Amino acid sequence: MTSARTNSPIALDGLLLDRLQDSALREVGQKIRHGERLGHEDGLACLETTDLCGLGQLALAVKKARHGHRAFFIANHHLNYTNVCENRCRFCAFHRPPGSTDGYAMTPEEAARRIAESPVPNLHEVHLVGGCHPDLDLSYYLDLVRAIARARPGIKLKAFTAVEIAHLAEKTGLSCQECLSRLKEAGLVAMPGGGAEVFSDRLREELFPHKIGAREWLAIHATAHRLGIRSNATLLFGHLETPAERVEHLIRLREQQDETGGFQAFIALPFHPANTSLKDLPCPTGVDILKTIATARLLLDNIPHIKAYWVMLGLKLTQTALHFGADDLEGTIVHERIAHEAGARTEAGLTVAQLVHLIREAGFEPVERDTFHQPLE
Amino acid sequence: MNASESIRLLEQGRLDLETTRIIYDTADLLTLGQLAQEVRFRWNPDPVVTYAVDRNINYTNICVSRCAFCAFARDTGHPEAYVLDQETLTRKCEETLTLGGTQILYQGGLNPDLDLAWHLDQIRLMRAMGLHVHGFSPPEIVFMAQQNGLSLREVIERLVAAGLGSIPGGGAEILVDRVRRSVSPGKATRDEWLDVMRTAHRLGLKTTATMMFGHLETLDERLEHLFLLRRLQDETGGFTAFIPWPYQPGEKTLPARPAGSTTYLRLLAISRLVLDNVPHIQASWVTQGPEIGQVALHFGADDLGSTMIEENVVAAAGVSHRLSRKEMVRLIEAAGFRARQRNTLYRPVEPVHEGRP
Repeated sequence: MTSARTNSPIALDGLLLDRLQDSALREVGQKIRHGERLGHEDGLACLETTDLCGLGQLALAVKKARHGHRAFFIANHHLNYTNVCENRCRFCAFHRPPGSTDGYAMTPEEAARRIAESPVPNLHEVHLVGGCHPDLDLSYYLDLVRAIARARPGIKLKAFTAVEIAHLAEKTGLSCQECLSRLKEAGLVAMPGGGAEVFSDRLREELFPHKIGAREWLAIHATAHRLGIRSNATLLFGHLETPAERVEHLIRLREQQDETGGFQAFIALPFHPANTSLKDLPCPTGVDILKTIATARLLLDNIPHIKAYWVMLGLKLTQTALHFGADDLEGTIVHERIAHEAGARTEAGLTVAQLVHLIREAGFEPVERDTFHQPLE
Repeated sequence: MNASESIRLLEQGRLDLETTRIIYDTADLLTLGQLAQEVRFRWNPDPVVTYAVDRNINYTNICVSRCAFCAFARDTGHPEAYVLDQETLTRKCEETLTLGGTQILYQGGLNPDLDLAWHLDQIRLMRAMGLHVHGFSPPEIVFMAQQNGLSLREVIERLVAAGLGSIPGGGAEILVDRVRRSVSPGKATRDEWLDVMRTAHRLGLKTTATMMFGHLETLDERLEHLFLLRRLQDETGGFTAFIPWPYQPGEKTLPARPAGSTTYLRLLAISRLVLDNVPHIQASWVTQGPEIGQVALHFGADDLGSTMIEENVVAAAGVSHRLSRKEMVRLIEAAGFRARQRNTLYRPVEPVHEGRP
């Protein structure tokens, strides 16, 4: 079952493969070399290996076969239109329950003004996500999309996680497909990958019982893909999940991608515990983060890009992640709030020059891209 | 260069400068990491990573050297200038013992008002409390010799007689006088630094060696530094560990773009490969943060340095470097190694249960 599909063989340095100390990792290497699809056991072998550089070498070989020495980034601006949310997920420090004094919701005009005034020259993308606010209706969402899409010439709007789409559908009584079609007409061209968390009923029960589960999340992305809306996928890791649950999550994404093909990028999000109800948990370590990124690159043989999300990784780990299978640094962002409320200590935004320097110093060639991951001139 | 070529070059025998230069410029970062791990496991075959619980005490910030990269030094008479009195030193030592610390990393500025007798008294105080004193980097020892008209050997002998246990490798910066004339003209030259270490090793003292890179030096000068250390180590065998870290530019110090993590990991791995005669390589979590500090354990480092009790105890504003023993152990174990507390001489010590949180 797991090896039914054949991938393109990846050229691997023979001497290097022989030198891998971990025999399970050598087997993974052989499969990659022969274009054989990796299975659940292979994923576990990657996450559990003690040969960090060996695993990274495999992921880097796969990355290079796809993208050569290039590493991508985008001039973008993150905007969170509301922090009011009914879901109250235990790992979230950003949300405020409805009625909170520090809850906010931007008017479409306010959101458009922020984008018009964005400090990013040649802004190409707006990344728009927010909470599941009980009082915002479909016309608000449509107005918001229209206002932002018009705020600056040439910008593309990547907006609303599957969780927000499900919330909107429930409130309006429309299907998710109908909501997505209307939003697409208004100017939405892509969806971010948030809200996937971990595809596990056990963890959903424990951590985010009010939020949609795996089946709905995947179904909404499938719908988006069928409507021609490209999307991303994420995994929130390093809290209560097991390595097997991480691997299972990646394999379910891969199965979905086989079917609908619309995922552009995968982003592994290391859990940040500060200001959440899980604040006593430690952050996942650097080695764990690099292993998870490399494992994702190896298992997700049908998703073109793996992002190193610098906001949550920190700049040092982000730069190193380029050697562990990541090929994309997300973007300038300008003012990140969600991870920062959970204790992220990175800058709120970066300049294009800073992103270019990070990539060059790591030994890769920086390439600015658009929302569809096409290189810009 | 692909991995096979790098591996073949390395298997030709001991690395020479020319081959090292080729590998440094062209080998993949992860190939270097893998090869560095092979050398690391040759020296330290067990999957064990060590760490120290010690306290960094700076006895004075008054310094006549005025290095361009230093944000710590003050002139005599400056409102922030200080000299640590015996009462404060005693308290700091007591706190160290309570926290399970076994040693003091004891260093300070080149302060002309402190005489040798004062230094000897301070050492005796720490020794009397049962602490190992890892103290006085070579520039401090050179300065004492100059101030007192003594030879390096005489100074070191007196410090040892008072209880000095080992010498830290600080003040090496880049061991090339072209660079030293620009960044630290007021302190020990390359040869003086090496002479202190040679003398100490001959007297049976163990020392570490350091390197601060990422300022005015060229890549070749970094390599020159490593090969100088290797040559001295061939001669004396007295270095226990090598600790490289990138210069951290401050607001008022020498402007430079701070080296990134990939530059650091590359240099660390190259160090492990070149310094094939030095038993231990230490990761610098203080400059790299705990994430890359941990990752460095897969690029040739077998030691995670110290918990830096000073910063843990002193609740000063702006403290950014703190790592509890518990977190240190978690990082080491999560990287796939067993954690073991060590002393300055890299021998295991029984962890003492911390008396306070």
